[in-house]
Amino acid sequence: MGHILGYIVEPGLLSSGPVRTAILVGTVVAVTSGVVGVFTVIRGQSFAGHSLADVATTGGAGAFLAGLNQFWGFLLAGVSAAAIMELIGVQRRRGRDVATGVVLGAALGTAALFLYLGTQTSSTTGASFTILFGSMFVISPDTIPALIASGLVALAVVAVLSRMLLLTSLSPELAAARGVPVRAVGAAYLTALAVAVSLSAVVIGAVLSTALLIGPAAAALRISRRPGRAMIAAAAAGTAATWLGILLAYDSSYWPPRGHGWPVSFFVVALVIAGYLLTYARLPGRRRPARGQQGEAEEAPACSPA
Amino acid sequence: MFSGLMMNTWIAATIVAVIAGVTGFFAVLRGQSFAAHAIPNGAFAGAAGAGLLGLNVIWGLAVFAAGGALGIAALGRRARQDVVTALVLVLMLGLGALFLSFSTEYAEVTYSLLFGEVFGVSSNVILPIAALGIVSIALIALMYRPLLLTSALPEIADARGVSTRRMNLWYLIVMALATSMTVPVVGALLMFALMIGPAATARSFTRRPEQAIALGVAIALATVWAGIAASYRTNWPLGFFVGVIAAGFFLLGQGWTAVRRRGPARRPAPALSPVPLSRTAAWRLIRPPRTPERAVPTRVATARSGKKG
Repeated sequence: MGHILGYIVEPGLLSSGPVRTAILVGTVVAVTSGVVGVFTVIRGQSFAGHSLADVATTGGAGAFLAGLNQFWGFLLAGVSAAAIMELIGVQRRRGRDVATGVVLGAALGTAALFLYLGTQTSSTTGASFTILFGSMFVISPDTIPALIASGLVALAVVAVLSRMLLLTSLSPELAAARGVPVRAVGAAYLTALAVAVSLSAVVIGAVLSTALLIGPAAAALRISRRPGRAMIAAAAAGTAATWLGILLAYDSSYWPPRGHGWPVSFFVVALVIAGYLLTYARLPGRRRPARGQQGEAEEAPACSPA
Repeated sequence: MFSGLMMNTWIAATIVAVIAGVTGFFAVLRGQSFAAHAIPNGAFAGAAGAGLLGLNVIWGLAVFAAGGALGIAALGRRARQDVVTALVLVLMLGLGALFLSFSTEYAEVTYSLLFGEVFGVSSNVILPIAALGIVSIALIALMYRPLLLTSALPEIADARGVSTRRMNLWYLIVMALATSMTVPVVGALLMFALMIGPAATARSFTRRPEQAIALGVAIALATVWAGIAASYRTNWPLGFFVGVIAAGFFLLGQGWTAVRRRGPARRPAPALSPVPLSRTAAWRLIRPPRTPERAVPTRVATARSGKKG
C-alpha cells in the first residue's frame, strides 16, 4: 500500500505536520461519527443530528466572537442544544421535527448575530467560511488531545449503552417493559451524538458534518443488517472517505485554478455520497431476495410505535 | 424607515412571508421540516455556483433547489426520507463549499446568502419574486385537496387513488420554487425558520386547515415586519430577529396548548396529536357526513368511532 501510494501521493504528504494532524483527527472523527451514525439512522434522527451540527455553528461563532478556541464553542453549544431538544421532547416521533426545527431556526439566527458582531469587531472576514465549512488543515495542535478524548468518550457512551440503545431504538415499548430507562438512554445517546457532531464540525465544518454522520452509516445499513457489522463498516467507510479526501485535497493544489487547493470537505462529502450510491448499484443484482427484508428492517423503527 | 429603498424591502418581505406561511403549513403537516431546511440551504450552493460563473444568482438557486427536490423525491422511494434528505443536503453543500473556495469574494457572498440581505432589495427583484410567489401559491391552491389528503391521511389517499408519491414530488417542487426566490431576501438559513415557526404556532391555535394557513401567514407577516423594524433600528441581521421571534411565537403556541390541556372541560390537546386535524375532522373535510351513498371504509369507520369514544 505504501509503495503504491508513493507514486500517487504528492511528495511530502506524510511528512507535513498539518496533514498528519488532519489524518489523525480525521480518523477519530470518522470512526466516532460512523458508530454513532448507525444509531442515528436506525432511530430516524438524521434531522436531529444535522440540527445539532448547525446549532454547534452558533457556538463556533460565539467562540470566535469571544476569542476562544472554536472546538469548545462547538461542544458547548452542541451539548446544550441536545439538552434543550431532550427537554422539548425530541424523543417523541411525532412533532419532534417541528420542535427540532424551531430550535434550529433560533440557533441559526443567533449564529447570524454572532457572525455579524464578529465581523464588526475584527477585520477577519473568513470566519463564517471556516466555521461553516471547516478547515482540516488548520486544526491547532493543542486541541488534538481534547478532540481525541471527546471522541473516545462518545464512543464509550455508545459502546456501554449499545444493547439498551438498540432495544429502545427498535421497540421503545418492549424496552420500557423490560425496565430499560428509555428516556435516560435517549438523553445519553443524544449527548454522544452532540459530541460526535461537534468533533466533525471542527474537521469538515458544521454544515457538512452530517455527511460523515449519516452517509457511511446509511450505506453500511444497506449492506449489513447486523448493527455490529454495520458500525464497523460505517467506521471503515468514513475513515476511507476521510483519508482519500485528505489525499485528494493535498493533490488538488496542483489542479486548475492554479495555486489553489480544493476544500477537503468537498472531497469527503463527494466520496461519502459516491459510496452510498454504490450500495444502490450493488443491491439489485446480488441480493434481490434479501432486499424486501432489509427494507423492512430499515423501515421498522419508523413504524413501530404504532 | 419607509423611504424609497426600504419600501422594496417591505414589499419583498411581505411576499416572502405569505409564501412561507402557505408552504410552511404543509411542511409542518407533512412532517417535512427537514426538507424545508434542506432545500433552501442546498439552493444556497447553487447561488454560489452561479456567482462563480457570473450568472444571475436566481438561476443557480432555481437549478439547485429543483435538483434537490427531485433528488429527495427520487431517492426517497428506496430509502428513508430523512436519510436521503440529509445526503442530498450535504451533497449540495459540499458543492457549495467547493464553489465558495474558488470565488474570491466568498465571505461577503456567503454571509448574505446564508443570512439574507434584506436591505439591498432592488426594484427589479420585486417583480420576479411576486411572479414566482403567485405561481407557487396557485400551484398549492390547485392541488389543495389532494395535497391535504395525502398529508393528513396518506393511507386513505392511496386507497382513493391519489398518488402520495406524485403529491410529494409536486409539493417539493413548489417548495423549491418558493425557495429559489426567497433565499436572496431572507437568506437560506432563515427561510426555514419562517416556514416552520409560524405554521407550527398556528397549529396550536386552530385545527382547521384554512384557518391554520391564514393564521400562519399572519404570524409570518408579524415576524418579518417586527424583524425588519428591529433590524432597521439596531442594524443587527434580520435573520437573528426572524429566528428568535419565530421561536417566541412557537413557545407561545406551546404554552397555549398546555394551558388548554390543563383546563377542565376540554378535549386532550389536538395540536400535538400525530394527525393535526383529527381523523374525523379531516374525513369530514374530504367527504361531508351527509353523503352516505359511498361505503365508508371500515378502517375510517373505526377510527371515527374510536375518536369519539
